Amino acid sequence: MHRFANPARFLRIAAIIQPWAVGIAILSFGAGLWFSLFASPADYQQGESVRIMYIHVPSAWMGMVCYTAMAVFSAMGLIWKHPLADLMARATAPVGAAFTFICLITGSLWGKPMWGTWWVWDARLTSMLILFFLYLGYMALADAFDDAERGQKAAGILALVGVVNVPIIKWSVDWWNTLHQPASVVKMGGPAIDASMMVPLILMAVAFKAYWVLVLILRTRGEIAAAKLRTLRMAQVHAAGQTE
Amino acid sequence: MTRKKRRLYFVILGLLAIGTAAALVLSALRQDIVFFFSPSEIMEAKVPTEGRRIRLGGLVEQGSVVKQGALVHFKVTDGAHSLPVVFEGLLPDLFREGQGVVTEGRMGDGVFMASEVLAKHDENYMPKEVAESLKKSGHWQGEQPK
Repeated sequence: MHRFANPARFLRIAAIIQPWAVGIAILSFGAGLWFSLFASPADYQQGESVRIMYIHVPSAWMGMVCYTAMAVFSAMGLIWKHPLADLMARATAPVGAAFTFICLITGSLWGKPMWGTWWVWDARLTSMLILFFLYLGYMALADAFDDAERGQKAAGILALVGVVNVPIIKWSVDWWNTLHQPASVVKMGGPAIDASMMVPLILMAVAFKAYWVLVLILRTRGEIAAAKLRTLRMAQVHAAGQTE
Repeated sequence: MTRKKRRLYFVILGLLAIGTAAALVLSALRQDIVFFFSPSEIMEAKVPTEGRRIRLGGLVEQGSVVKQGALVHFKVTDGAHSLPVVFEGLLPDLFREGQGVVTEGRMGDGVFMASEVLAKHDENYMPKEVAESLKKSGHWQGEQPK
């Protein structure tokens, strides 16, 4: 694991993965959209509104997967002081926040016609909203200090504390009764979704993950470049100070 | 013990402590986190209902829906008990007999006076044709109390 903490090695591997991530993201998103909008049946209860699920569910997965990844990166940054791990945690935060936001909005749009309400404070919805706030808190905290390292440390601790929310989201629908329906895909006894509806769902999930990998590479590369710039500027200022 | 090891153990112990704390808090607040109570819980007086707004959840009993103008009477069941509900207003799309429902209101004289009715969707997603063929072949598992 530690050998991947080297920024130069990261850049080499990232250069190989990047075109694949682009290709997979475009192909699976195109196919996923086509299947979700045209080539899949309407639901026997929900009718056409079921199509919202093809955005909503993969977004919810992204929210949780990105948060878990962010917590793992933060732990690596805190424990082994890998600067690259901290950069990757920072790069993941806005992606996870955006998908969590999409999940909340699409869920609300689905809830109004199906449940009859935009929002209720049940365990699943509330824990998902908390996840969104955790992302916002992480991003705010990471930038709240003049010393970037201190900000990173504080934000990393917040990410680790907040990770306790992820299993709560996942099992909220089993531990308590909620308005939100129980798990359909990842559950005991196999999925409760018809195969024709599983295809667009999986395609969209793959597309979102590939998109995350791509953004992670681009943003981490940007952060590495920014860190290099900072070091160069510091050296310049230092050199100028010495010649005077 | 190196500093890295110490930080590693610190993080693991911290996570364990936070996890335990969260589990204790959540299990203590159980009654407040559940979104609704079942007819059995209400009728066996396991939850205080006097003068409180509560939510009642379960399945709409087959053949129990009676509409009188804007008033709707139906029964909510969990298999063991069923509780009559009266509601005035618009019902959501998914409201139908045999479907899950969550109503909010007060208990009054053996009848639940609902001021809000929400439909609860189950975890099954399938096209209409599949649902029909399942019903025909007798493998239908939905719309039954758990």
